[in-house]
Amino acid sequence: MSETTRPFYQLTLKEAIRIAQSKGPDEILKAVWERAQALNPRVNAFLRLDSGKPAGGTAVLQKPLCGVPVSIKDNICIQGVETTCASRILKGHVPPYDATVVEKLKANGATLFGQCNMDEFAFGSSSETSAYGVVRNPWDLERVPGGSSGGSAAAVAADMTLAALGSDTGGSIRQPASLCGVVGFKPTYGRVSRYGLIAFGSSFDQIGTLTKTVEDSAILLNVISGHDPRDSTSANQPVPDYTQALKRDVQGLRIGCPKEFFVEGLDPEVAQSVEEATRTLKKLGAQIKEVTLPHTPYSVAVYYIVAVAEASSNLGRFDGVEYGLRVPAKDLRDMYFETRDEGFGQEAKRRILLGTFVLSAGYYDAYYRKGQKVRTLVRDDFEKAFREVDLIMGPTSPTAAFKLGEKAEDPLAMYLSDIFTIPANLAGIPAVSVPCGFTRAGLPIGLQLMARPFDEALLLRAAHTFEQETEFFKKMPVL
Amino acid sequence: MMDYEPVIGLEVHVQLATKSKLFCGCSTEFGSEPNRNTCPVCFGWPGSLPVLNEQALRFAVKVGLALNCRVSDRIQFDRKNYFYPDLPKAYQISQFEMPINGKGWVFIDIPGANGSVEPQKVGITRAHLEEDAGKLLHEGIKDGSLVDYNRAGIPLLEIVSEPDLRSPEAAYEYLVTLKSILEYLEVSDCNMEEGSLRCDANVSVRPRGETKLGTKVEIKNLNSFKAVQKALQYEIERQSDMLENRERIVQETRLWSEGKGQTFSMRSKEEAHDYRYFPEPDLVPFTVSAPLIEEIRKTIPELPEARARRVMRDFGLSEYDAHVLVQDKKLADYFEACVREKVNPKLVSNWIQSELLALVHQARIGVEECPVQPAGLAGLIRLIENNTISGKIAKDVLPEMFATGKSAEAIVNEKRLVQMTDTKLIEEVARRVIEANAKVVQEFRSGKQQALGFLVGQVMKETKGKANPKLANEILVKLLKAS
Repeated sequence: MSETTRPFYQLTLKEAIRIAQSKGPDEILKAVWERAQALNPRVNAFLRLDSGKPAGGTAVLQKPLCGVPVSIKDNICIQGVETTCASRILKGHVPPYDATVVEKLKANGATLFGQCNMDEFAFGSSSETSAYGVVRNPWDLERVPGGSSGGSAAAVAADMTLAALGSDTGGSIRQPASLCGVVGFKPTYGRVSRYGLIAFGSSFDQIGTLTKTVEDSAILLNVISGHDPRDSTSANQPVPDYTQALKRDVQGLRIGCPKEFFVEGLDPEVAQSVEEATRTLKKLGAQIKEVTLPHTPYSVAVYYIVAVAEASSNLGRFDGVEYGLRVPAKDLRDMYFETRDEGFGQEAKRRILLGTFVLSAGYYDAYYRKGQKVRTLVRDDFEKAFREVDLIMGPTSPTAAFKLGEKAEDPLAMYLSDIFTIPANLAGIPAVSVPCGFTRAGLPIGLQLMARPFDEALLLRAAHTFEQETEFFKKMPVL
Repeated sequence: MMDYEPVIGLEVHVQLATKSKLFCGCSTEFGSEPNRNTCPVCFGWPGSLPVLNEQALRFAVKVGLALNCRVSDRIQFDRKNYFYPDLPKAYQISQFEMPINGKGWVFIDIPGANGSVEPQKVGITRAHLEEDAGKLLHEGIKDGSLVDYNRAGIPLLEIVSEPDLRSPEAAYEYLVTLKSILEYLEVSDCNMEEGSLRCDANVSVRPRGETKLGTKVEIKNLNSFKAVQKALQYEIERQSDMLENRERIVQETRLWSEGKGQTFSMRSKEEAHDYRYFPEPDLVPFTVSAPLIEEIRKTIPELPEARARRVMRDFGLSEYDAHVLVQDKKLADYFEACVREKVNPKLVSNWIQSELLALVHQARIGVEECPVQPAGLAGLIRLIENNTISGKIAKDVLPEMFATGKSAEAIVNEKRLVQMTDTKLIEEVARRVIEANAKVVQEFRSGKQQALGFLVGQVMKETKGKANPKLANEILVKLLKAS
């Protein structure tokens, strides 16, 4: 179908920009808004939706994004607009400033369109821990969309928005992208400013994109990447034009398959799809090599020490004093207890307790310090592997979308959903999930590609080549 | 009672005099309207991130170098986690594992018997950077408290001494020396009233001769150097009495009450916070380059100790005088400016320490604000040196200069205070004095030397102090011997 005969909500970001350049963004915004409004009661992808008035009138047409809608995960601050991290404790919290990525989106002419539901404070892999109701997977409303950026992924998959920003601490962009059949891109740690991203695990968190195509990711990455003097961890490295990287060519690329990624627990259908993807890439001229990332089995454990340690500290500020919820009590101590008891959900409490424990006197060396050492070993694994290959590929998630409630009572099973995505966060390297097939039940499966730090361009090129060859993105959920 | 030896270590928090806060661009101005100097970062708003103030880092290194510290080549910040409403993020960004300044030392002068001074080397454990917290306001608020975050995020340098101090006086001297160095470095205004210099003290006692340390107690709420000294005195006595009575001292934090002159238990070790320190992930570790350290080293001025040695050598001052003068950089600057006017340095030192400081203290101003500027004081001293006025007259002229801002010469001329050097006039007065004091003259002749002093005094009185005392003395002796 040509872009003019399809409903506007089905457009890619690229197509929408082209149309908006001549006709303005209003019709697109209207179509997307109507679609989002109609579907949100069933999908619950958005916590807040407005009619999406394009920012800045006709001036916006001179800007790269031409007023097209882009949605924001609810842990990214927008000045003057309620931002809650899907938590009760931040209900009514209105940030007094824009996150750097929001500033950049505005400056580049995006229309900020709705705020996406998520796991509370990004704690989860199913978007079930939101204090404002679970998000449902557009491919099967009885299943989870993945998480924590489940709202962003579901909204893009269901054509309720054209593209969205998410955040990825242990797989929170790639895993829901995989489960919802969209493209999820996590840049190198430091590539995109974290200023204004409400922190979960500060040394892991990275803002990235959820889009319908790899090209759309490149368009958004061009806008949001770059050094930010307000974020000391942001990298002062030049940003190439990522859309220029989108050549259909993987000829001669060396792609490594880590043997540790094809193990027990990996769903056979997922394994099959990924193996099929391997054959496709080989057919396109890539060299596929087996590599080893020997410390992969420790990744989840290490992540749930270091990330929760940081989280327990990052969440200390939600104490009822300055912002968000305050439960009045007889004294300060009780105010703290009651506010935090009422404000945080179960998973948030679990992680705060875990993080507090691993940092406490007498346990620090055994957990946190040792965890950091293992993290270095994981990083070294990748460094060694990248001496032999240009990219590493594997499954994004061990399974396709699981049933709502299936893992909600079993945190360990839930944590293992991120087993293949966590290593990239431990190492800080860029990674993408791109659709690579469907299960017999019709659920999407994602292929994960990882690259050397700051080699986003190569990652985009390989993902784009694979996507254009396989065209899984053309299949849409029926809603 | 047994002889007990106190072991004291001090923790000093110094506010660094940067224009903006440690991790954001907010002003550090004191006394602004509550919460005016705030932004998302120092308010700890969700999503905000810290960025290190380079000037604060330079100041910290400068202090480290001046205190002979090993400046760390790897700088890392840590989070100190605890809940309190004045702490917006529920953690303080501080330095735990890798303080910017490691071990160093400073020399202090312990006053000995009859004006002598004993130098003592005091070890510095560390001097690290951290951010200040806000301030709780309780007064006049019925229901709860208010918080002012203007102070939150202001850079502090925490200077921790080794437990090398052995008396409250030594602790006092250490603080005076440290303050003096910080003032010379121009890194802090060291104003205790505004809280830019704060001190906590750790103290334990042990029987003299014992090498093992006793159980230490931390004392907080010390609002002046004198309070530190008094609280230590009190605490040493309290602990010595307890040991004497075979009571067990518990490790705890105690608060000093200035009004009651006592310390009170605040919390025991068991109740102490577990701060759960860990590396601050929002600030990546970095290296302070050797050239930067050298650049900072070049900005360190002559420090009090070296200045005292130079002042003794160049101007022939006593150790005590030099010590007093150089302690206050502004006072030493004043002294040297005076001396540059080519007047006698010893006279200048005496006049500053006795007369000028009295006036300045009385007026509660700093010497730099004194209406009598160095050239003015030099002018007065010059009049003494060339016998235009006596020292006694000069003592009346100085307050006049201080009050009116006029020069010494102008006042002396206006009030006709020029010294009487006409021997004939003095002789006339001297004769009258001899006649009127026959009894005293008799005493002098019978060998009582003090009698002469009295007679000179009478001459001075008759001439309203204008007679040159030296001349009066000579003339009297001449007349008394002649008759």
